[in-house]
Amino acid sequence: MKALLSFLAVIVLILIATLGVNVANLHFFFGIIIPYLAFIMFVGGFVYRVIKWGRSPVPYRIPTTCGQQKSLPWIKQNKIENPSTALGVIVRMALEILFFRSLFRNTKMELNDVGTNSPKLSYGSAKWLWFGSLVFHWSFLIIIVRHLRFFIEPVPYVLQIVDSIDGMLQIGLPPIYLTDLFFLLAVTYLFLRRIAIPQVKYISLAADYFPLFMIMSIGVSGMLMRYFYRVDIIAVKELALGLVQLHPTIPAGIGAIFYVHLFLICTLFAYFPTSKLMHMGGIFLSPTRNMICNNRMVRHINPWNHAVEVHSYAEYEDEFREKMKKAGIPVDKE
Amino acid sequence: MAKVEKPKLPKPDEISNIDYHPPATSWMDTPTEFKPGTFCWGAKEKDLITLGLPNPRQWSPADEDWKLPEGWETTILDGIAERLSKYRSFKIFMDICVRCGACADKCHFYIATGDPKNMPVLRAELLRSVYKKYFTKSGKFLGRLAGARELDENVLKEWWSYFFQCTECRRCSVFCPYGIDQAEVTIIGRELLNLVGLNIDWIAGPAANCYMKGNHLGIEPHAFKGNIESMCDDIEDMTGIRVNPTFNRKGAEILFVTPSGDYLGEPGIYTCMGYLMLFHELGLDYTWSTYASEGGNFGFFTSNDMAKRLNSKIYAEAKRLGVKWIIGGECGHMWRVMNQYMDTWNGPADFLEVPVSPITGTRFENAKSTKMIHITEFTADLIKHRKIKLDPSRNDHLKVTYHDSCNPSRGMGLLEEPRYILNAACNNFYEMPENTIREKTFCCGSGSGLNASENMEQRMRGGFPRANAVKYVQEKHGVNMLANICAVDRAAFPALMDYWCPGVGVAGTHELLANALVMKGEIPRVIDLRGEDLPGKGGNG
Repeated sequence: MKALLSFLAVIVLILIATLGVNVANLHFFFGIIIPYLAFIMFVGGFVYRVIKWGRSPVPYRIPTTCGQQKSLPWIKQNKIENPSTALGVIVRMALEILFFRSLFRNTKMELNDVGTNSPKLSYGSAKWLWFGSLVFHWSFLIIIVRHLRFFIEPVPYVLQIVDSIDGMLQIGLPPIYLTDLFFLLAVTYLFLRRIAIPQVKYISLAADYFPLFMIMSIGVSGMLMRYFYRVDIIAVKELALGLVQLHPTIPAGIGAIFYVHLFLICTLFAYFPTSKLMHMGGIFLSPTRNMICNNRMVRHINPWNHAVEVHSYAEYEDEFREKMKKAGIPVDKE
Repeated sequence: MAKVEKPKLPKPDEISNIDYHPPATSWMDTPTEFKPGTFCWGAKEKDLITLGLPNPRQWSPADEDWKLPEGWETTILDGIAERLSKYRSFKIFMDICVRCGACADKCHFYIATGDPKNMPVLRAELLRSVYKKYFTKSGKFLGRLAGARELDENVLKEWWSYFFQCTECRRCSVFCPYGIDQAEVTIIGRELLNLVGLNIDWIAGPAANCYMKGNHLGIEPHAFKGNIESMCDDIEDMTGIRVNPTFNRKGAEILFVTPSGDYLGEPGIYTCMGYLMLFHELGLDYTWSTYASEGGNFGFFTSNDMAKRLNSKIYAEAKRLGVKWIIGGECGHMWRVMNQYMDTWNGPADFLEVPVSPITGTRFENAKSTKMIHITEFTADLIKHRKIKLDPSRNDHLKVTYHDSCNPSRGMGLLEEPRYILNAACNNFYEMPENTIREKTFCCGSGSGLNASENMEQRMRGGFPRANAVKYVQEKHGVNMLANICAVDRAAFPALMDYWCPGVGVAGTHELLANALVMKGEIPRVIDLRGEDLPGKGGNG
């Protein structure tokens, strides 16, 4: 139901763009106004969210330690999973952000001999989620980088290299990008696991399906445009360059499918800061990962640390003085 | 108030009949069930009064009416707003979860109940849904579509149920790709509940005791001294050596603080005897304190302020007695607090000195700010420098495995020190499977104040993954002793072992160390610290 609603929402968005361009001829609106609006909403929203996070302090140093602490000199410290230096934290965060270190730990629990006196638990390897996510995110990133060729003239050499590596299969004309395939497979996997694993399905919200469908349709519309319903790529670049150079123009003859692709991207960008997609920014600020594990070496300051009511030793001794004296425990006041 | 009978504990084959299929109804429409045996009694009026906490009254979670204060909704919502502005962790953890589900089968309570609300992701969602409704635009406008819902009494009861079915063990946060820590969410959830007087008896009672009397068990100073001295009698019987610890002694070099579980009840007292013997053998210039006689901190399971109020005694007492530094005993959550919170709350401890072992001269640079070291750090250093003589054959009748307590592993990283001690003190040591130890260790199921007796079913469930790993090494290697460094472990594991893997005992590392410790001038040891015959040592065994 939640999946269906999200799917319908994406269909509606596709219809809006198609009708808007094909029937209402709103090329200017969909090609210029919406992209600028989406850009402002994305950047503004993203910055707003990060500032909002940043405004709340980190009162306690609460890293999750996943390895041996630094203690005695002859005990080997795990300098990455329990980092006591800033460099260690940088490596830890890099592994987390670039390679999804924590997800790599994933295991799958299995219970056998259910309903007996000696049930048996086991924990098997479960790397598919890690692998699928990694492929998804990296493909996505490379695809975005590839798209920069529409916004830069002349196309930098680095981008040309990325392009040629990505198209190294040399199948079809234009050549099929590896990342297109990986991306589609990975996003399909992420969707299928969400509906196939009962527990994951149970926790999934419409807000989990919606971005998946959005991303999927962005990918599909892009690929349709490249491999099947070819659009005028020169005109597309003209439009893209116009947007970047703040001299927006609407070149004639770009197919409606391009506007669908663009509108979906814009919607995703505008939606991004209000959604769970903000994990992209949040992971950098996660206090269980980005803090130095030097708790006992350097005092962490809590900016709102306030005085609390305590039960002082003097009060304690007042209550127990006679008993303490009788038991031979020294007291401050005789 | 409904009188609730102590429920009967189901048999292992009933508990192990776990159904992982989620219910047909959405979690928002699935009512919370208060099944006897799975929840703790409500906090008592007198304890909340002692602590000055809101809404003191007699109430029972089994009742329909929880006697919430007038305007409780506003209190909770204001409480959320306040905490959002105080804790970046809370804000981030509310905002960035993608519900990938990697945490789900990492939680011992989910593994052992199959209840989806025990998946860390959904436990957080219980609070996140309310956050969305009142603090985000998408939740305000899209409501349920965005996973948002109104706060009502049933939601509050659901929070109470599930935030007191989380032991704040942080295992989920090891596996979360964003490091979302359910312990943090639970801590804040419990703070919110405490704003309207919803604590559990087993937390509020010990916290009140600790506040007034210095320790959770409410042991008064003379009784504290008495308990320790009776342990000294047992030590004398066993070794022929009279140990003479001091109490509240000004001018001692070191203050020693341990959880109260170590000086009341078995098998904790054996660990305590271990400390006493070791310190005596070293001739350590240290003192106990009756005022700061609690290392553990049940305030931490109430609110950060409450935790700070209890924790303040340790530095205050160190200052009053004029000691140079502090050693802390074996305890789990205690060390999360000592390691990650104490200095921030009650520091700087600039009246203390960087700990230097008087025996080896080792300077504990890793504790140069807090001035407090863990006893296993202290002892491992002694063994490394061969400053104590050990006869591990005295533990030859034991086949030992080691349980990493949740918080020293995931909130500190104390992994090798206890293992080093155990390997020096025991000849037969076996690790449990890799996915169940070190940073991936499983909780005892009774941490964070849930080691009451009325929730025994839930405790046996929560401890099931841990016990199952013990059972694995019991069957494979004949393991018969579960070593640990936590007072709650020592209190909770005996029942858990009896339930899931009978025949496995429970001991602190310093009990096993003291068994092996060869003391100067001791009589031949024929019994161990428990007073049981040592096989092959001339005893009757």
